[in-house]
Amino acid sequence: MNSQVAEREMTPMTSQRAGQPVTRNEQVNHDLSVRVRDLNLWYGENQALHDVNIDVFQKTVTALIGPSGCGKSTFLRCLNRMNDLIRDVRIDGLVEMDGRDVNEPKMDEVALRRRVGMVFQKPNPFPKSIFENVAYAPRMHDLVSRRADQDELVERSLRDAGLWEEVKDKLHQPGTSLSGGQQQRLCIARAIAVQPDVILMDEPTSALDPISTATIEDLMDKLKQQFTIVTVTHNMQQAARVADYTAFFHLGELIEYNDTKTMFSNPYTKKAEDYITGRYG
Amino acid sequence: MSQSFDEITTQLKRRHRKSARLKWLSMASLGVALLFLIVFFADMLNKGLPAFQQAMVQVEVNYNEDAETMGRAALEPDIAPLVSRSFERLIPGMIRDNPDLLGTTETRWVLTNSDVDQYLKGHRNELSEDERAAIDERVENEQVEMKFNTTFFTHGDSKMAERAGIMAAAVGTIMTMLVTLAVAFPIGVMTAIYLEEFAPDNRFTQAIEININNLAAIPSILFGLLGLAVFINFFGVPRSSPMVGGLTLALMTLPVIIISTRAALRSVPDSIRQGAFAVGCSRWQVVRDHVLPLALPGIMTGSIIGLAQAMGETAPLIIVGMVAFIPDVSASFTQAATVLPAQVFTWAGEPERAFVEKTAGGILVLLAVLIFMNATAVLLRKKFERRW
Repeated sequence: MNSQVAEREMTPMTSQRAGQPVTRNEQVNHDLSVRVRDLNLWYGENQALHDVNIDVFQKTVTALIGPSGCGKSTFLRCLNRMNDLIRDVRIDGLVEMDGRDVNEPKMDEVALRRRVGMVFQKPNPFPKSIFENVAYAPRMHDLVSRRADQDELVERSLRDAGLWEEVKDKLHQPGTSLSGGQQQRLCIARAIAVQPDVILMDEPTSALDPISTATIEDLMDKLKQQFTIVTVTHNMQQAARVADYTAFFHLGELIEYNDTKTMFSNPYTKKAEDYITGRYG
Repeated sequence: MSQSFDEITTQLKRRHRKSARLKWLSMASLGVALLFLIVFFADMLNKGLPAFQQAMVQVEVNYNEDAETMGRAALEPDIAPLVSRSFERLIPGMIRDNPDLLGTTETRWVLTNSDVDQYLKGHRNELSEDERAAIDERVENEQVEMKFNTTFFTHGDSKMAERAGIMAAAVGTIMTMLVTLAVAFPIGVMTAIYLEEFAPDNRFTQAIEININNLAAIPSILFGLLGLAVFINFFGVPRSSPMVGGLTLALMTLPVIIISTRAALRSVPDSIRQGAFAVGCSRWQVVRDHVLPLALPGIMTGSIIGLAQAMGETAPLIIVGMVAFIPDVSASFTQAATVLPAQVFTWAGEPERAFVEKTAGGILVLLAVLIFMNATAVLLRKKFERRW
């Protein structure tokens, strides 16, 4: 690990490689949400992430793109420590949020996940009622106590997830009875119900049809007014449509991190250009 | 050059013949298995169904002073030898409890002895020609009849076959199973939860796993020896009691419950756990609120099957003394008791012909209970079966 890198004033856009800037230095108007420095991750003997440095900004959508197995999902799961659930994972480096290293021993992963929500590739609503899906986590975290508060929070979360009108008359039906796209929005409602700062989305639309996908994309655009969104996507058009910033991963390295417009019109690195123009991936 | 359809078809014929042969072979094995089952059931029903019928005789009971000391005096001398001695023994007590009876006469249906019963069922018996004639005459006068054998369900064991029933054993079974369930279910489920959801994957937990799997294959009589050594000799639990029997069977049921609970937990998809973790559940909350409710039908199914297995178990109970002559229903978990299979075992050793049908009748009751339990388990599984 290179201490110089950690101490160097990291411009918002920067490479993971010391002394090898790969992005243009643009002025950024956003506040920092998550700061990642020299992040390395090993699955047993396999190194899956190599010296990743990235700044994620508040109330923006950041898209992680790259070919399969490039480490983008692994990186995403470092942000809420979901990798803790996997055996034989070793993580080295800094993932800083709100001035705290999320991997420090004192950090409770439950507290972290309370502030960093997650939506998965395949919609995975709990096999409970629609209402319970949303109300469960806030109740567990003692965010609501009175019945009325709970009802209000459920309605607000479902409204924010753009699902309220479709489900308001069947809140007590099982969440699994909804269509795939609705289920995914239910999972988003579930994630935002605890008022997190960051929402991680791991290919949230890859199991959905085009119309549901468009709905979710619109939703991401609205949600970024309240939340910081980091999304993994295989779909480059999607990244171009929804993301403010795009990070390109390849073989566990962050090759280029740039604002989306620049990334797709005039990428700085050859690798990113090749990927974006469809020469591999 | 490629082969023509005809050439390929000729080659295929041999393969088709082979698969047809295998199909027949497997169907034949199924047939043999079914045949065994049918023969077994037919034999049990044939032998056991008569146990649910019992010969009754209508007698004049004359509560006179002699009967206060010797019950037989209350009966007419010609019919007395045909009546169950168990009834004769009751008469002095009846008069003592209710002195008003003295000097009165009553006509009532009472049990015959087992020889009469066996004679009417066409089995071997020790009646004389005269006695047989007397019975035939009474059958014609409708003073001797076959009636539904309530005694079989309302009384405990007896040395008089006509008086022997499964009540004490059934209550003993229920009490023993309560102990087994109370011990094996919580321990088994919690162990499985720990191994499946919490335990790190290291040598130690792997060793535990192998041992638990092996435990399920240990001959059950060894559990009896263990129960004898640990529960009776070390902890001083009263022998022959539902307590010691239940604890011993709990040892035997534990691995079954652990293994089936682990399978049920494993069948809950990981995406549910991930979703729960992602909203900030602690590990225990994930298990309690999300995994357990989904795994519960599977856990119940496994536990019921484990319990049914324990219910049919005799060998370990012989070792802890639950095979005993128990005429009365035991009132507590520490009193001597017996269980259905042990009762069957006891009856099977009786020399009298009348006990053959008791044995088969007991087996039928046990079978009915076990089939009912297994059917419940299957229904539970069907009802709550989920696909993700």
